[in-house]
Amino acid sequence: MFPRPIQQSSTGAQWLYTIALPISLVIWLFPLLGVALTSLRPASDLAQGNYFGMPSGIAWENYVYIFTETPIGQYMINSLWVTIPTVIGAVSLSLMTGFALAVYGFRANILIFFMFVAGNFVPFQILMVPVRDMTLQLGMYDTWYGLALFHIAFQTGFCTLFMRNFIKALPFELIEAARVEGVAEWRIFWYIVLPLMRPAIAALSVLVFTFIWNDFFWATVLTQGVDSQPITAGLSSLNGQWIAQWHLVSAGSILAALPPVAMFFMMQKHFIAGLTMGAVK
Amino acid sequence: MAQASDVNFAAPVHRPKAQWNQRTIAPWLFLAPGLFMFAVYVLWPIVQSITLSLYDWNGLYNKDGAFTGTFIGMGNYAELMTDPAFEVSLWNNFYWLALYLLALPAGLFIAIFLNQTVRGIRLYKSLFFFPFVISQVVVGLMFAWFYAPNFGLFYLLTEWITGKGTAILADPDLVTFGIIAAGLWPQIAYVMILYLTGLNNVAPDQIEAARLDGAKGWKMLWYVVLPQLRPATFIAVIVTVIGALRSFDLVSIMTSGGPFGSSRILSYYMYEKALSEYGFRMGYGAAIAVVLFAIMMVFISGFIWKMWRDEKER
Repeated sequence: MFPRPIQQSSTGAQWLYTIALPISLVIWLFPLLGVALTSLRPASDLAQGNYFGMPSGIAWENYVYIFTETPIGQYMINSLWVTIPTVIGAVSLSLMTGFALAVYGFRANILIFFMFVAGNFVPFQILMVPVRDMTLQLGMYDTWYGLALFHIAFQTGFCTLFMRNFIKALPFELIEAARVEGVAEWRIFWYIVLPLMRPAIAALSVLVFTFIWNDFFWATVLTQGVDSQPITAGLSSLNGQWIAQWHLVSAGSILAALPPVAMFFMMQKHFIAGLTMGAVK
Repeated sequence: MAQASDVNFAAPVHRPKAQWNQRTIAPWLFLAPGLFMFAVYVLWPIVQSITLSLYDWNGLYNKDGAFTGTFIGMGNYAELMTDPAFEVSLWNNFYWLALYLLALPAGLFIAIFLNQTVRGIRLYKSLFFFPFVISQVVVGLMFAWFYAPNFGLFYLLTEWITGKGTAILADPDLVTFGIIAAGLWPQIAYVMILYLTGLNNVAPDQIEAARLDGAKGWKMLWYVVLPQLRPATFIAVIVTVIGALRSFDLVSIMTSGGPFGSSRILSYYMYEKALSEYGFRMGYGAAIAVVLFAIMMVFISGFIWKMWRDEKER
């Protein structure tokens, strides 16, 4: 193990480590903690310049205010309307593409695979004008499905990379054996491969959920109004209205951060497995 | 040569015809929906953008639906050459790229710091990873609060040290570095988790053997541990470079490219030109996007090349 386990060090060093851990964590998460505390600070405190002292009370009303006086609840629902179909769509499409690229040795295989991988890394701006134009032409501008369709297509690139490598690592003898028995290809996919894909599906679902929930660029390019804007874009426009009302900005920020954070905590193992794929040989 | 092809022809495929057909068609049926979506939304738009960069177009169509752009050849690119805002953006992109790579040593450092087995360490690791899970919009707002003039902690800190507070987001010379610092926060968390996974898989016997040979500290890290972390380092470099070149959210949220356009980067400048109040110059925007795409392609090709080599080794 590297570094040397702290248990083998002197008692002094162990003490030092035990103290250093929480201190470094507080420093590391400082912007987050500061904003979380500000979100519960009464507006009057900020007006009097009491930014870091003892708050005069815990102001849950900041949260009540943003829910009742701003469309933030609607923004959150819009985000779900974009995020959940994208997760389902991208995962289903990539299960099929990943299966095709992992199991069949046809000529264009590696070319198509690399195309998916490369497409996944292109800058969004090279897609922006044509995708926006197409969405407008199809009458899907400013709708959840217009945004979700793009996300499904784009995320399929990353998801295919993941699924293909995952299926490649499964024992190929399973498929061989089924073929010898004369099982149809789609049945092999459905009854043999799919049940083994659960960990991959879980990992990709949490990752795609987080990516799409946090997306800001496409939300601003493809949506406009309160009826369809996701939380990231909504928060940005609210920020424009709440100039320097930091207790509201903070409450909105914490709220927008909550769903992906909850998702991460619930599905930590899968999240990290998905993110670190390829980091070890 | 003749012999080789004879052998190929002489080896008949011993499979029933129906099954062989099924196995030829099946991959294409499985690929069809995904490939279709990807072609429509990713591949074709790239071609369209490159074409569009040769036109002057305001994004509108005639009443009868005809395209209103005019072909101007390399006109947009010629204009880019003399556009001072483009130059600023390009330089800022370069700073982003160079400084973002600091996420590698910083992430490795934190990973080594946290790679222990004491009580509660798993929770610490998750909490250190937090910034990556949060939306960049929120990260931007958090750092805007941190940097806020008069009461922001960073402002107070600089005031305490130098006697004069620095409002970093209002300073044309420093603003880009302030935004990059905000971007590094989640990026370091990402690199950290890559290295933590990598460290978990370092061969313990090699470490012990090196330890018996008297390797310690830096030498151990450099000669024994880092070579084993190479796959993690490779992924970390790729995601960091792509992350640096892709960044858009932070600039948009924290400064909208200001003050005086000094924090623009290519991705944001493109958006500004094509979609904001500065006018709907779709062709010019597309040309900026093509430049960014060309820069990215250098790194993407490197990645694909490495993957191709690994595939062949298998």
